[in-house]
Amino acid sequence: MTTTTEILLWVVLPYVSLAIFIGGHVWRYKYDKFGWTTRSSRLYEDRLLRWGSPLFHFGILFVLLGHIFGLGIPKSWTNAVGISEELYHLFAIGVGAVAGFCTLVGLAILIYRRRTVGPVFSATTKNDKFMYLVLTVTILLGLSNTVLGAFGHEGVDYRDTVSPWFRSIFYFNPQPELMARAGLGFQLHALSALLLFAIWPFTRLVHVFSAPLGYFTRPYIVYRSRSQQLGNRRTARGWEQAGSTSSRRRREQVGGGRR
Amino acid sequence: MRVMAQMGMVMNLDKCIGCHTCSVTCKQAWTNRSGVEYVWFNNVETRPGQGYPRTYEDQEKWKGGWEVGRGGRLRLRTGSRLKRLLTIFGSPVQPSMRDYYEPWTYDYETLTSAPVQEHTPVARPRSLLTGEPMKVEWSANWDDNLGGAPELTRADPVLRKVSAQVTEKLEQTFLFYLPRICEHCINPSCAASCPSGAIYKRAEDGIVLVDQDRCRGWRMCITGCPYKKVYFNHRTGKAEKCTFCFPRVEVGIPTVCSETCVGRLRYIGIVLYDADRVLQAAATPDPKDLYAAQRSLILDPNEPEVIRAAQQAGIPRDWIDAAQRSPIHALINRYEVALPLHPEYRTMPMVWYIPPLSPVVDALTETGHDGEDAGNVFGAIEALRIPVEYLAELFTAGDTARVTGVLRKLGAMRSYMRDLNLGRPADESIAAAVGMTGRDIQDLHRLLAVAKYDERYVIPTAHSEAGPGMEELDAGCSLDYEGGPGMGGSGPFGEMSGGATPIAVENFQMLASRQLSDTPATPQDKEQRVNLLNWDGKGSPEGMFPPRPEQTPVLHGPDGGGDQPGAPSVTEPKP
Repeated sequence: MTTTTEILLWVVLPYVSLAIFIGGHVWRYKYDKFGWTTRSSRLYEDRLLRWGSPLFHFGILFVLLGHIFGLGIPKSWTNAVGISEELYHLFAIGVGAVAGFCTLVGLAILIYRRRTVGPVFSATTKNDKFMYLVLTVTILLGLSNTVLGAFGHEGVDYRDTVSPWFRSIFYFNPQPELMARAGLGFQLHALSALLLFAIWPFTRLVHVFSAPLGYFTRPYIVYRSRSQQLGNRRTARGWEQAGSTSSRRRREQVGGGRR
Repeated sequence: MRVMAQMGMVMNLDKCIGCHTCSVTCKQAWTNRSGVEYVWFNNVETRPGQGYPRTYEDQEKWKGGWEVGRGGRLRLRTGSRLKRLLTIFGSPVQPSMRDYYEPWTYDYETLTSAPVQEHTPVARPRSLLTGEPMKVEWSANWDDNLGGAPELTRADPVLRKVSAQVTEKLEQTFLFYLPRICEHCINPSCAASCPSGAIYKRAEDGIVLVDQDRCRGWRMCITGCPYKKVYFNHRTGKAEKCTFCFPRVEVGIPTVCSETCVGRLRYIGIVLYDADRVLQAAATPDPKDLYAAQRSLILDPNEPEVIRAAQQAGIPRDWIDAAQRSPIHALINRYEVALPLHPEYRTMPMVWYIPPLSPVVDALTETGHDGEDAGNVFGAIEALRIPVEYLAELFTAGDTARVTGVLRKLGAMRSYMRDLNLGRPADESIAAAVGMTGRDIQDLHRLLAVAKYDERYVIPTAHSEAGPGMEELDAGCSLDYEGGPGMGGSGPFGEMSGGATPIAVENFQMLASRQLSDTPATPQDKEQRVNLLNWDGKGSPEGMFPPRPEQTPVLHGPDGGGDQPGAPSVTEPKP
């Protein structure tokens, strides 16, 4: 029997967080394309950044891959292809610990840099600070789960609890009782992650979704025609040029703020 | 043949007096905002010198532009696309603030608020990045007029290519000014470097722009551009660059830098070029052939075949007409006196330069010779190899013969025209010596010396019937755009948030907020001040005198010059 708290924590909260995550990104993209940027501080300082940033980013990419495998692939599948429990966990904990450690070191360098380098610190907003806090807590909790797991402190296998729960959210058949059985460490990690997802669209983390994968396929030089819109203001209604009546097409046009 | 039109500029370096008016007016128009304090879309460098940012021409270091890779294929100097994306988190090769300069202002407030003391109070420089007091050690043209030479000029990458002995002499010989804007290249490496595809070339006029909504601040363009003319706005996190003043050019008026140039040394016009052959020309194996390759791209707008192809490509008739009258086409291809800046970067730049002859003539005159006598000046150009070698490294990838050819033409023009001015019969042999006719020389002289506004700037207007949409045309309300008129203020994500504001509105807002702002370098006690210009001379308005010390602790409190509570008072009288 699931309690109200469990339903709130492991059903309501995830869906609220997911809705804010998706809706927030859509809204931000529509409203604030101009603010959709990495807000790089490379110009102010590069010695620390040169090490910290790649460490953190590549680390977190591997962490992401690990989460996709760990949460997305059911235990039965890996069993079916003959990967034993021990082998799986050895691999997961090994890669997870290394990636998590890199991420943590990178993050430490970046936060140290942000605090100590004057121009970088003054370019840090309250929004950034809050985001760093949530991100750091989430990473620390996640890493501590991995480390504790490596020393055998793990009570319940997360692949029997957290992973099926995570997938059940996307089946629209949530199973909060699974998550309720998971260890406290996993529960806290999941909660802080849900908070992170909820604030995600409103922070600089949006730059994750501008990973420039299209760069591989596009031609080097981009040509665009000015003909459909002149200046950087939307053409007033009734003054559109012939042949450019579709407003959608107009929105895709060069549009605002050419500089 | 695929004909495209390209807006371009030619600068006559003989006329540049290094007054920086172009830089200042450009800055006022485009980069007087926070986040781009250190940015000069137009800058004037003293050559020999390091340039801005420092030593930007050293492509071994900065990796800008293209190179010919294996199999003669053109590739970016930073390597493959994959390699660029793998280095995206670190962006290792990019000038930092040290290479530009740390922008600053002065603590002017101290001048009026300092108490009585033995020494005159001074306004100390304060960083515009941190608000802290700073030591000013470099700026956009720190080595102006060879300031700091010879220590600083030694780092000039162009000079390092020229031999040491030449360098010695060069320091005694001459300096000249090199005004630089974005080259609006035909084969822009900044656009090719942009992972987001935000930098694009306008199909109509070839102006290279950054789409502020699509830029994600990866900064690859800054590495990619060999001229380092793409800048990073550190407040908005977006790339910005020279726009060729597109809102002005679209309605047929020249760029701000050209309009305000006191030497009238800039020429603006369009050329027609064959877009199909660009890649082939840019991949020319020998860098010394790149100048000729680029010139061969530019089509003769008077040829019926070109006109037909241009019309098929949708280029309007008045643009073809403008291409025929284009001063830059005349200087580049008819008289062949303009040269591209660093063709060896293979970006096919479209801001060209007429190399300066003055050092040669001046050097001759100093030795007691007639600097404008054809025989003397021709000989001198050959003998004075020094500036020619330096100029060749700038303009022809080291091919001195090309530069000599141009200088001979300029020298010939002076000699030929002097005869005419003095009422002597024209000496056609002078013209013939440089492969021109007297008529050519007179036309060239007119273009270089007397050309009026409408001859220097032949700018066809944009062909769009969207009247109210135009930027500078006074047919719409400038506040009438989406989201307006409530512009100004900040969205939920700070200053960079929301839709892009029209540039005119943005500039107005920035100026207003600068005047009223509370940024580190502005005084905190603004309300205590009074504008004496508005004072009618009667009574004493509030704020005219500082409050009495016993009533308020302002004078004893933190210094009034910045937002540094807790900083020790700097206004202690000296013993």
